[in-house]
Amino acid sequence: MTTIDTKNKPEGSGPAAAAPLLEVDNLHVEFRTRDGVAKAINGVSYDVSAGETLAVLGESGSGKSVTAQTIMGILDMPPGHITGGEIRFHGKDMLKMSKEERRKIRGQKISMIFQDALSALNPVYSVGFQLAEMFTVHRGMSKKDAKLKSIELMDQVRIPAAKDRVNDYPHQFSGGMRQRIMIAMALALDPELIIADEPTTALDVTVQAQVMDLLAELQRERNMGLILITHDLGVVADVADKIAVMYAGRIVEQAPVRELYRQPTHPYTKGLLESIPRLDHKGRELYAIKGLPPNLMRIPSGCAFNPRCPYAQDVCRSEIPPLHEISVGRGSACHFWETVMEGEVRG
Amino acid sequence: MAESPNGATSADPRKIVKPVAQGEPILQVRGLVKHFPITQGILFQKKIGAVKAVDGVTFDLMKGETLGLVGESGCGKSTVARLLMNLESITAGSVLYKGDDLAKLSGRALKAVRRNIQMVFQDPYTSLNPRMTVADIIGEPYDIHPEVAPRGDRKRRVQELLELVGLNPEHINRYPHQFSGGQRQRIGIARGLALNPEIIIADEPVSALDVSVQAQVVNLLEKLQNELGLSYLFIAHDLSVVRHISDRVAVMYLGRIAEIGTDAQIYDHPTHPYTQALLSAVPVPDPDGREHRERIILTGDVPSPANPPSGCRFRTRCWKAQDICAEQEPLLEIRKGLSGLGAHDSACHFAEEKDIVGAA
Repeated sequence: MTTIDTKNKPEGSGPAAAAPLLEVDNLHVEFRTRDGVAKAINGVSYDVSAGETLAVLGESGSGKSVTAQTIMGILDMPPGHITGGEIRFHGKDMLKMSKEERRKIRGQKISMIFQDALSALNPVYSVGFQLAEMFTVHRGMSKKDAKLKSIELMDQVRIPAAKDRVNDYPHQFSGGMRQRIMIAMALALDPELIIADEPTTALDVTVQAQVMDLLAELQRERNMGLILITHDLGVVADVADKIAVMYAGRIVEQAPVRELYRQPTHPYTKGLLESIPRLDHKGRELYAIKGLPPNLMRIPSGCAFNPRCPYAQDVCRSEIPPLHEISVGRGSACHFWETVMEGEVRG
Repeated sequence: MAESPNGATSADPRKIVKPVAQGEPILQVRGLVKHFPITQGILFQKKIGAVKAVDGVTFDLMKGETLGLVGESGCGKSTVARLLMNLESITAGSVLYKGDDLAKLSGRALKAVRRNIQMVFQDPYTSLNPRMTVADIIGEPYDIHPEVAPRGDRKRRVQELLELVGLNPEHINRYPHQFSGGQRQRIGIARGLALNPEIIIADEPVSALDVSVQAQVVNLLEKLQNELGLSYLFIAHDLSVVRHISDRVAVMYLGRIAEIGTDAQIYDHPTHPYTQALLSAVPVPDPDGREHRERIILTGDVPSPANPPSGCRFRTRCWKAQDICAEQEPLLEIRKGLSGLGAHDSACHFAEEKDIVGAA
């Protein structure tokens, strides 16, 4: 939230800036199933630097979570297959590392917060045990020290009376508290990068506000990189520095947060912004993007968005638009991005 | 929708109930209470307490209007829906449908009333039976109320309904898994409309859908309301969607209504601290000025409905709380000193207007 002025500096993606923490480069992932091959990710590239928040925005099936799972190395393989690309962490391709090397990164350098804390936590162990396990296994601490450390962590994520609650089980906590425990777990080993996959989607708005505030504050304190995966345009506007919008396994638009909301350059982003109801006025009939997201086994030829797009022309059905660079850190995968950019966003 | 099958015979049981003019109350809820008992013991079950899911809720639903019901999980909004549908027995209070108390009706009269109140559920994945075809799902209400569509006419009626909700009428023999989430929700809506009801109770009908599909379904619900003159009780936790679709909005907290009024009264002139906190917590899809946005962060969690706080239920999390809040239950009424759009029912001793949304 503090890093607004990044806009004036060369964007983190520029080669001149400090090397990014994580770079995803032209990643391809597909799922080979009995019914056919689903192309979940078709050439995704993005990067995150320390202290930066990248929001990956997309609807279900757009490939945003699969990208995250691939970065973490927790993709189910098979049926998943990585068919191309690189994921570089501090410049080193993680896809070429041995299992041992990756294990050292996973959880310690890059950790993940999942959407549903109740199913991500083990119901038969107390939260204190699950937190302490991280320290005994990875840091070789004694059980006693590990327990003290987990109380400290629970304090940091502001769980009231952490000392008394350390032996409670996940089901004894409320949804918001469970999500805090997930955050505590992700922070335990001082990671450099956190991937949060819909961290507040299951929570009520007042609790969501608490959890997002906490996450942003901890990120600022520790200068961590954050990849926030979400479908909520409101949450993104609140915390992100830059945004990657995904559709059918591709990034269709990439931009610093303010520019994206002020002047979208891809019809899909524009449609999304127009289709959300507003809190501050009633508004007329909502704009609805016609049709449905494509089946990943039969992605339309050319631009995957063309059957739903009001700007579509013949070229959109035959040629896949590359990510045109509009300005530094800003790109649109639309043949007609200039026309889209000129149009007003109807609120 | 074709109204032709209606009123074909004079012995139609629906004629028991009187017609209601546009803007008149069609459903009156008075002091609605639902307590779920907490029991202990296996052989001799002893009641040791009660979860006070709904604890004195009063509101009217007018004909042709949409009443939005918002609140966080556990506030009792879904229980209200189930009580109105007669899916749970009422502990105390009453639900009057066109002046008739639902609890006192039985037999044919109750069946006729139930025909007129239908429900659309949240999760389009679990609310449709995977082993039934679309024709069976949408046509099933006619098994219970055969007077609405005679047997030979059902297929045509189902196809009409599919067309009405924007699905291909030729897909009548498909199964739910062959449809996407948004399409399934349309099937759920078609099923709700099958019996030409007057009231639709929609419990989180769009919260399981993606943003682009959500707009389609919201627009469909509005179109159907205009065409068929339906009254909606629209339950949701997404405050932006509720504002968009509702004429009036009720905010619930721990089994009670905290504040009720028109959409402009609640959103632009909220007077209850809980409503204000709720509105300020909604992330606004506009990054400009996000550093200056005032946000009321509530501390702690919602107390357990088995043991709600005395007096005002919100006082444990309220920054305005004083002694009187613990002693005296604030009534849902218009407070002195409030004028204009701020003058609407609010259950707070210290109700005061505060512009939350406009300030953002």
